[in-house]
Amino acid sequence: MSDAAPLKQPNWFSRLAHPGEFLRWSKPMLWPLGIATAMLFAIGLYMALFVSPGTSDNVGPTLRILYMHVPNAWLSQMVYAVMAVAALGTLIWRHPLADVANKAAAPLGAAFTALALYTGALWGRPTWGTFWEWDGRMTSTLVLLLIYLGIIALWRAFDDQLRAGRIVAVVTLVGAINIPIIKFSVDWWQTLHQGSSVLVSGGPRMAPEILATLLVMVVAFTLLFAMLQIVSIRTEIFRRRADAMSRQAAAGGRTA
Amino acid sequence: MNALLSIISRDVRLAFRAGGEAFTLVLFFVMIAAVTPFAIGPDKVLLARIAPGLVWIAALLSMLLGLDRMFRADSEDGSLQLFRHAAVPLELVVAAKLIAHWLVTALPLIVATPILAVLLGLDPATWWATVLSLAAGTPALVAFGGIGAAVTVGLPRGGVLAAVLLVPLAIPVIIFGVGSIAGQTAGSAVLLLCALSLVTCAFSPFAAALALRAGED
Repeated sequence: MSDAAPLKQPNWFSRLAHPGEFLRWSKPMLWPLGIATAMLFAIGLYMALFVSPGTSDNVGPTLRILYMHVPNAWLSQMVYAVMAVAALGTLIWRHPLADVANKAAAPLGAAFTALALYTGALWGRPTWGTFWEWDGRMTSTLVLLLIYLGIIALWRAFDDQLRAGRIVAVVTLVGAINIPIIKFSVDWWQTLHQGSSVLVSGGPRMAPEILATLLVMVVAFTLLFAMLQIVSIRTEIFRRRADAMSRQAAAGGRTA
Repeated sequence: MNALLSIISRDVRLAFRAGGEAFTLVLFFVMIAAVTPFAIGPDKVLLARIAPGLVWIAALLSMLLGLDRMFRADSEDGSLQLFRHAAVPLELVVAAKLIAHWLVTALPLIVATPILAVLLGLDPATWWATVLSLAAGTPALVAFGGIGAAVTVGLPRGGVLAAVLLVPLAIPVIIFGVGSIAGQTAGSAVLLLCALSLVTCAFSPFAAALALRAGED
């Protein structure tokens, strides 16, 4: 572009920004990441089924469901944090990959949140005797799911994905500011209606083998998210390239 | 300051002239309260018990219905483009439009609450608490609504989408709004509602202006 100034070697951050560069360095990561995820899942499931006890005194005989529930609940919030950081990247640096990352993460976050609610309902039925309780945590997770679905709907409403990226970024950040407020208000509302929560909040008062299994499962699910996120960013980049190519072809190659 | 006042008076006059829908929104608000007894039966005790929640749901629905008129008409006739390139910052324009929107859509609802109080069998004390909580909470609804309207102004049929985006964000307003009408902790709920309104009104013009700028180029 500029002939006068010698081109500076771009730092890692701007190299990350280049979609082609991203495709190049992310490709060799996929297989090791996939294998690591699969191995951690194998270890975690083995520990959950054979090493960990099937029951514990403060959770009851449905302990094993928690090995699926806790990682999903953790990811439901972590994915939103990833989306908020991506939104900052879109608005502050106009990072070309940030809006792709936001778009790729939204359905994943919605899926993890839905799974957290689903496994929670399965756990609640035998433990509390009901699938759904208007408990503070469950309610705010449900609201989080609604926010994810709204963001996905917003992404799908726009034709122009670049404009959509900036607008979704604004919504994502407004949501990020609001999530703590929602959490607080729901807790306030919940304490207003019923005296004490059904959940026992006692910190990690659990056997070491249960804690270890839980940690392995959390790491396994987080790696799963990382892998799926990279794969769907790659898919989105390819999709945009295909769009651009078909538009060029439709223009008869005159816009080269 | 002059620009702020002139934009407010322009929007208010537009809303009350022919084709404005301020009156229609109030009608809708009252109609929800009038229709509910048909759905749940004319039980006075039950109606009085659910009245605080009902008033807030009616207010939320009418605010969502009125959202589309905040920026849509200006975007269609090009005034929004002029506002963007005006000498005053876009944030100030958005703030003026939010105030005008509150005057046109929320204030008439508060004025119409006596009708609801009669229909739903509210006693005067509860009615007064309802007026207070609506006055304290509707600015927050308008502030969130401004963001939703700004985000969807570029979409041909953005009204439903704005509603879907806003309802989860409006949950704290509903919780504290209803809590400040009924319940033992009504005093703290009103204060929390005021805090929520102040915070959202402070950041909403900036977020909405950002969305308007991002949506146009």
